[in-house]
Amino acid sequence: MEKILVGLKRVVDYNVRVRVRSDGNGIETDGVKMSINPFDEIALEEALRIKERGEASEVIVVSIGPSEAQQQLRTGLAMGADRAILIESAEPVDPLSGARVFLELVNREQPGLVLLGKQAIDNDNNQAGQMLAAIWGCPQATFASKIDIQGSTATVTREVDIGLETIEIELPAVITTDLRLNEPRYVKLPDIMKAKKKPLDITPIADLGVEMASAYTNVAFDPPEQRTKGVMVQDVAGLVDALKDKGLI
Amino acid sequence: MSTSPQKPATSNKQALNPLDLYDVRSELSDEERMVQDTVARFVDDKVLPVIRDAFEKHYFPKDLIAQVAELGLLGSSIEGYDCAGMNAICYGLICQELERGDSGLRSFVSVQSSLVMYPIHAYGSEEQKTRWLPAMAKGEAIGCFGLTEPHGGSDPSNMKTRAKRDGSDWVLNGAKMWITNGSVADASIVWATTDDGVRGFIIEKGTPGFTAQEIENKFSLRASVTAALFLDNVRVPDENVLPGVIGLKGPLSCLTQARYGIAWGVIGAAQACLSEVLNYADDRILFDRPLSHNQAVQIRVADMARRITTAQVLALQLGRLKDAGKLSPTQVSVAKWNNCRAALDIARDARDLLGGAGISAEYVPIRHMLNLESVITYEGTETIHQLVVGKELTGVNAF
Ligand SMILES: Cc1cc2nc3c(=O)[nH]c(=O)nc-3n(C[C@H](O)[C@H](O)[C@H](O)COP(=O)(O)OP(=O)(O)OC[C@H]3O[C@@H](n4cnc5c(N)ncnc54)[C@H](O)[C@@H]3O)c2cc1C
Repeated sequence: MEKILVGLKRVVDYNVRVRVRSDGNGIETDGVKMSINPFDEIALEEALRIKERGEASEVIVVSIGPSEAQQQLRTGLAMGADRAILIESAEPVDPLSGARVFLELVNREQPGLVLLGKQAIDNDNNQAGQMLAAIWGCPQATFASKIDIQGSTATVTREVDIGLETIEIELPAVITTDLRLNEPRYVKLPDIMKAKKKPLDITPIADLGVEMASAYTNVAFDPPEQRTKGVMVQDVAGLVDALKDKGLI
Repeated sequence: MSTSPQKPATSNKQALNPLDLYDVRSELSDEERMVQDTVARFVDDKVLPVIRDAFEKHYFPKDLIAQVAELGLLGSSIEGYDCAGMNAICYGLICQELERGDSGLRSFVSVQSSLVMYPIHAYGSEEQKTRWLPAMAKGEAIGCFGLTEPHGGSDPSNMKTRAKRDGSDWVLNGAKMWITNGSVADASIVWATTDDGVRGFIIEKGTPGFTAQEIENKFSLRASVTAALFLDNVRVPDENVLPGVIGLKGPLSCLTQARYGIAWGVIGAAQACLSEVLNYADDRILFDRPLSHNQAVQIRVADMARRITTAQVLALQLGRLKDAGKLSPTQVSVAKWNNCRAALDIARDARDLLGGAGISAEYVPIRHMLNLESVITYEGTETIHQLVVGKELTGVNAF
């Protein structure tokens, strides 16, 4: 295949404990460390390995997000992607609109494979990949823990509730990645310098002519309840009493 | 990760990162941030799991050499010769993240980059550069820097190691002490007095008359190799002299590079200690309340954060001056002095705040504390840096 399209979403780093904004209208990102969504990093690593095996010739990383998402795209380029596309949007983009943006890019670039993370760790939606496959009319393999490309078919091992499921799909297709697919490489310093010279194309999202109607609105963000201190009970009877006290049994 | 641990907000006010109160990270360019992130991830994944054992058993974890080389951390400031060609801030961030792991590993990288590759690049012949720099960047050749002598490191002008011409060769006699990587080096940069002044010699492992003996009973920098070097009629050809410099300014200019990196590096060690203390003081319940709820404890952690912040801002401006080509050695002395002192005091106090747990290797402060006793001593003791600043202010050399 010629091209692989990989999505890289800018999210709050997984090590950071997120905080709800003081206006209650989302998550605080000011002065917070941002990174590539870990599942997307795995998707990029897989795309690079597919290319290094000679089964693809170009890896294109795509981010839909604010101007600052160029940082994540540059990191993707430093890992080894050939070029980058930023679809710039100051506002968050819901999964369906995101899938539509990807479909537009698919039409332009005609990739043999779109590799996405199974979900982004900010909203945990787990929808964009499935929606893209549906509106594109192509096969999908989600939660991949192993990908084997043979000509125009991909054999994908999926992590499902009862264990591992292996399926075969025709390309072009959408594959979404799970945690155990691979361990992403470290960015090397010389490659950071090389990445500066690789093309990074920026298009305002409005210029794509894609319908952005979200199917839902966010009503509220609430932080999880603070963990309260535990209590020691003497015996099983004490435990039962304590649980009854709390109305849990 | 160094810049990550953030406390949950207890009020609506935006919580600051306790390890970066002034958000110095926001001052970094994208490239600089990428460098910090990749080294931080490497330290978390590959260094922290092995370093405690290396420290306890007193060995350098050699497996890490190929890995730091692969990342491009050796000679990272050099352009060409298979080196990354990054700026001074990047070098500082590399040191900071590595030293968050352990001062021993950071010392390895400092010596290879600033004390060995730097002089070969700055003062070496083209042949010396092509022969050594790519191999050293790949970690295939290890270097060491021999300046300090047994009778007194603070006064290098009283150098007793001598090199005498003999036909087209040089013959060296003398001894060097406390040399990082000394017994594992493929190439040693040995500084010796000649009739013309101090000169640098590249001495290869196995040269007859040249021996190294590892110092085996250190209570500090235990995850780093330190050795004594002995030169007994060591004969080297003229091609092994660094042609580009004569006089003490040669070795001193190398020290300026390395000290610059140390000023950044120790911030990492201090951050590791503060991070440990914050977690511990939150979890430890004494007198029915977490340790962190006491004024006396808060004053101590606040002081640690204040000193880390000061060190960070100092290091950042120092890096900017260096990248602009305006760095003065006195400015490096201020930062080496201030930041090593801050880190050592923080490590000692962190050790204390952990109580008995503070003397266990299970927690990082005692390892950093012991390491920092070396770091405040080598590359010019604290006193020596104070005297450098004093000389700048008064114009009088009081060494
Ligand atoms: C782990 C480790 C690794 C090292 N690695 C290297 C290396 O790779 N290469 C290398 O060349 N060296 C290395 N060193 C040596 C280091 O640089 C020296 O130890 C240091 O410069 C101090 O020299 P010294 O030990 O001889 O102490 P001395 O110079 O004898 O100093 C003793 C004390 O006297 C004080 N003092 C000295 N002069 C004055 C003065 N005029 N007024 C007031 N007080 C004064 C000092 O501050 C110190 O407290 C290393 C040292 C250590 C511990």
